[in-house]
Amino acid sequence: MSRIGTIARRTFLIGTAAVAGGVAFGTYLVKRPTENPLLDDIADGEAAFNPWVIVNADRVTLIAPHGDKGQGIQSSQAALIAEEMDLEWGDFDVSFGMPSKAYWNTAMAGDVAPFMSTDESRRAETVRGIMGGIFKIVGLQGTGGSTSMPDSFIKLREAGAMARETLKLAASTRTGIPVADLKTKGGAVVLPDGTALKYTELAADAAGLEPVSGTPLCDPSRWRLIGKPMERLDIIAKSTGTLDYGIDLVVPDMVHATVCVNPRQGGSLISYDATAARDMTGVLDIVEVTNGVAVIATNTWYAIQAVNAVEFEWGKAPYPPEQEQHWEAVEAAFSEGSLDSEWRNDGDFGAAIGSVIEGEYRSPYVAHAPLEPLNAIVHVTDDQVEVWSGHQTQGMLVDAVAGVTGHSADQITFHNQWMGGSFGHRLELEHIKQAAEIANQMRGTPVKLTYSREEDFAHDFPRHISMGRARMIIADGKVEGMDLSIAAPSVISSQMGRAGLSVPGPDSQIAAGAWNNPYDIPNYRMRAYRAPELAPVSSWRAVGANAAGFFFDTALDEAIHAAGADPLDERIRLMGHDVSRKVLEAVGEMSSWGGELGPNKGRGIAYVESFGVPTAEVVEVTNTEAGIRIDKVWIALDVGTVVDPVNFENLVQGGVIFGLGHAMNSEITYSDGIAQQSNYHDHEAMRLFQCPEIEVRGLENAEHIRGVGEPPVPPAAPALGNAIFAATGQRIRELPFNKHINFV
Amino acid sequence: MEVRVNGNTHEVDVSADMPLLWVLRDELGITGPKYGCGIAQCGACTVHVDGVAVRSCQLAVGDLAGGEVLTIEGLGTPDTLHAVQEAWIEHQVAQCGYCQSGQIMQAAALLDRTPAPSDDVIDAVMSGNLCRCGTYPRIRAAVKTAATKLQEV
Repeated sequence: MSRIGTIARRTFLIGTAAVAGGVAFGTYLVKRPTENPLLDDIADGEAAFNPWVIVNADRVTLIAPHGDKGQGIQSSQAALIAEEMDLEWGDFDVSFGMPSKAYWNTAMAGDVAPFMSTDESRRAETVRGIMGGIFKIVGLQGTGGSTSMPDSFIKLREAGAMARETLKLAASTRTGIPVADLKTKGGAVVLPDGTALKYTELAADAAGLEPVSGTPLCDPSRWRLIGKPMERLDIIAKSTGTLDYGIDLVVPDMVHATVCVNPRQGGSLISYDATAARDMTGVLDIVEVTNGVAVIATNTWYAIQAVNAVEFEWGKAPYPPEQEQHWEAVEAAFSEGSLDSEWRNDGDFGAAIGSVIEGEYRSPYVAHAPLEPLNAIVHVTDDQVEVWSGHQTQGMLVDAVAGVTGHSADQITFHNQWMGGSFGHRLELEHIKQAAEIANQMRGTPVKLTYSREEDFAHDFPRHISMGRARMIIADGKVEGMDLSIAAPSVISSQMGRAGLSVPGPDSQIAAGAWNNPYDIPNYRMRAYRAPELAPVSSWRAVGANAAGFFFDTALDEAIHAAGADPLDERIRLMGHDVSRKVLEAVGEMSSWGGELGPNKGRGIAYVESFGVPTAEVVEVTNTEAGIRIDKVWIALDVGTVVDPVNFENLVQGGVIFGLGHAMNSEITYSDGIAQQSNYHDHEAMRLFQCPEIEVRGLENAEHIRGVGEPPVPPAAPALGNAIFAATGQRIRELPFNKHINFV
Repeated sequence: MEVRVNGNTHEVDVSADMPLLWVLRDELGITGPKYGCGIAQCGACTVHVDGVAVRSCQLAVGDLAGGEVLTIEGLGTPDTLHAVQEAWIEHQVAQCGYCQSGQIMQAAALLDRTPAPSDDVIDAVMSGNLCRCGTYPRIRAAVKTAATKLQEV
């Protein structure tokens, strides 16, 4: 199947037009040109120079190569291309990228480099460049780490500029008018006499030209789209029930399936009895998958009913069965033999003099639980495989399917879908492999696998558990020192291990949010200890900075209070990074920090930097007779450039709510090796009645653009804990807070 | 059995205890109502039956008893938006959007009965609908805008 054929078939599903007689542009001017997936098998009269822009006689199609799980990246990436192409907003189609090395994520590579994001030294930049090269070679087309905007901010604008200039060259060739005398506007090349030649009219001419590169990008002062409020391209469909998510797709002659896999994750299937299930209404077949059983039926509900009627004998969990044993294993990792890395040793903590306070902190397992349960459609035939699902790592998905069915990667076509949330859940591949296992046993019949919510919870590789121990030294009303140790299993090792990869060296995520903060505490030692692998864990929105940021900032707050200093002033005094200091000052100004509060009220402030975004939050609570009420939140953060202020505010507010909600009341605990929480009634996070007013300010002092998906999450928990302390005098050092205090 | 959805009559051959949600989604291809939890905890499956908001994952199709089902597809379309949908678009409520069909159907039913709900009533009625992305501030604002729009009609 040709690659263009791939696009054509995807368009059948998501409603964009096929490519027929046109030109595909793109950019990324690397030293060695990367494969352009739009280039293969082009018919006569078509041309494809690059992977991002396709123009034909009917329309302009932009490729937004990252998965959209609600963050609106398809709109934002389209805006970058449309800005340079002088397209009217919305006057084009957008398609997700297919799996291709051309779409490798350079920014994600840079974040793997072990340097503080505030470190712009030559050495740090060099290593980031090397990591980028490695990611290019493996072609990791990932969506995650808040990297979509950093990855695409320059290269997609370059793609748009290349398309525009090549279309101008086509118009010049046709009319004989020099390129310098041509302008572009509204999706057309405009001649000096005002005549507009639509890009679509020029597509066939442009197809025969070498793409024009090296044109300077539009000056930010002339941006029409970037930085302005824009209507998300998906907003009407998402407000009318007309957007198809992966779970909504129908492929002709498709059957429905669900699975029940050993809830002790990774444990075996010893035996099962499906006698009763086989006779149930709607059941078509029952087959085995790795460590479990799949029911295939005419309706998802029949499949779920039947799989619940199967009797199983499960093997043991490959990790300690009881939650308390997990904590014991983490606690035991605070030993020299388990040292993963000493990340910081500023000053001389051992020699610091002053009064000492200590704290021990805990952060639990937490489920991702996006509202759309995991699902995938797989259609296997002897010579090809098609997969429809919403996923964050397209290339790894193809490899995983190949491993199940034995097809080569070239025979596997993946159609990425709109995602009903992810928060890191759709980085995982188990459900994809299970769908492939079922479909491989039913070659010729497309199979849609849908997890029940209970199956989704049972197999939600959760956020890792973590413990922190801090000693703080206070002298003369100031914080003089902190010695913070964090012990946790490695989320990167667990996650990469499932993909068959091993990652050498220390896991920066054990300490992220603590090792990389830019405070100048005179004596600061920060060590990470690696606990053995326990329950399998995965990246959960903002990953390590949730736990480590909670530990660091709570410990700092304790020290500041013990010193008798002001929580905002002391943080500003200690802050050694200008962009971050401005964020702290902004949130202080927004919240009128230091003003009179009403009775029973308290405020907490927290600062955590994650994914290169300095973020400060102030939370105000009231200690009511029935419990803590969160009244208001102010948040300031610096992403360098705010691409769409409306979507930015929405994502930031959502991140705060995600952080607060799980800090209040959500954890996963294991008993008998099985997660004890099975649905939203016992893992609820925040509901609307608990939602505070949230005031957002995006600063633009940072040099590089950053993503906003994750950074608002980590400061929420410590800011809330610090506010509870201010209102009640009760210092809670363990998440979720509702183990110790009620919320209303 | 016969099922009335969005003004159309459909003949379906399913178990009487199948929840309405799965009749809509897998039998009739009406996928605006979403499966999120299956136990009335998330509200993503919310539809109207005879004008009342119900969790379609909890209503057996055999218990419909001739009731008129309205899904988001019947509330309004991209070309003929309902006032609640207009408000949802104006406020750019959706992130992933998966819960929003249910949120909109819940809000439409609320405003049908209570044209000018107080903040407390909005909070109480809309709290049965979970949003994992955290669009609650915009949901609150959009309900108020929709109330204004409906009163102007």
